[in-house]
Amino acid sequence: MKLKRNIAISENGFLFNPETGDSFIVNPIAKEILNYLEAGYDNEKINQLILDRYEVDLVTLEKNMEDFFTMLQHNELLDR
Amino acid sequence: MEKPKFNIAVTGLNNTDNPGPGIPVIRGLKESKDFDVRIIGLAYENLEPGIYMRDLVDKTYQIPYPSSGKEAVLERIEYINSKENLDFIIPNLDAELYTFIQSKEKLEKMGIRTFLPSMQQFEERHKANLNEYGDKYGIKVPFSKSITNRRDIEELKEDFEYPLLVKGKFYDAYLAYTPEQVNTHFNKISAKWGLPVIIQEFIRGTEVNVIALGDGHGNTVGAVPMRKQYITDKGKAWGGITIQDNKMLDLTKSLIKQTKWRGGMELELIKTNQNEYFLIEINPRIPAWVYLAVAAGQNLPEAMIKLAFGMDVPNYSEYEVGKMFIRYSYDLIGDIAQFGSLSVTGEM
Repeated sequence: MKLKRNIAISENGFLFNPETGDSFIVNPIAKEILNYLEAGYDNEKINQLILDRYEVDLVTLEKNMEDFFTMLQHNELLDR
Repeated sequence: MEKPKFNIAVTGLNNTDNPGPGIPVIRGLKESKDFDVRIIGLAYENLEPGIYMRDLVDKTYQIPYPSSGKEAVLERIEYINSKENLDFIIPNLDAELYTFIQSKEKLEKMGIRTFLPSMQQFEERHKANLNEYGDKYGIKVPFSKSITNRRDIEELKEDFEYPLLVKGKFYDAYLAYTPEQVNTHFNKISAKWGLPVIIQEFIRGTEVNVIALGDGHGNTVGAVPMRKQYITDKGKAWGGITIQDNKMLDLTKSLIKQTKWRGGMELELIKTNQNEYFLIEINPRIPAWVYLAVAAGQNLPEAMIKLAFGMDVPNYSEYEVGKMFIRYSYDLIGDIAQFGSLSVTGEM
């Protein structure tokens, strides 16, 4: 999964998609994941980083990550 | 070197919740670093807000509606020209373009330039001709049909699925879910804008717009795509944001190249969820949100004047993405004497 290169995310979690004009407010964990994606990390690496930092089991994390990526895809924020 | 000064007449000073492009065009012109302008407002009604914006409009004259006939309009312009020595006229409303395009030569004889599409360019992009236009220039357009009689409404179910759009030939568009609703909209639109009324297939998606300026030789001087963020109950953009959309720009440039469009234009498009673009309308003039393009780095009104006067014209290829506009209303304070002057003498 790759975040589109021109997506802008501000410090306070405001995200702007310049292709569609859509804007979103993301929570701190979503912002963290988006930053990892921006840095080019793959899903496995991101999962590991989240597991290390937060109290969450792998099954819950993977389910939530899948939902999150579906949402990103739906909103045209990922490179196809 | 001293900057040239142009006397420019501008229409469309109705800066209300259904704004004309006059005021934003003037703002663009006044920001030019290469020429100075004296703005002569041409107003149809004596409560058009632009008349009272004295920092933008230097002098205003009332002009007759286009429905009074070309001769009446030209006669009035001749009088205004004798007082103001006009260099250029920017008509900003669809309904008056026919008169101004037809009067190009007469205006030139008076020493007044315009920068408008040809009659053929103007005619072929009419809403009623959109299907042929799409076929000719290779652009997807929603299926549409012109109707001139209420009796035609019942037969629409053969060609259309509901909901569908009911549109006036110049302005207004309503969504209708039933033949009864089509009938109501047909009556309202035909009474206001005349016939035909255009029935258009409803395409689901996001409305996106491009403002552009063609030099008349097939080149696009500038183009800026925008997405409306807030739409009023009149369907007008009250807020919008510039977007980065190369497909829209390519489509615009291809159209200008093929048609050799001369002047300002606005393409109204629907972008579907499958990333397809349908052209729903071409406005043959600068749209009311032009100041967003100016703010994003493309002063298209200024470029239009430069084109007309043979000055060096920028070839805009960049603009700032994520630039926003938000309209607001503001109470201008006038004096009854101003209103009186315009009402009695037709000028202020």
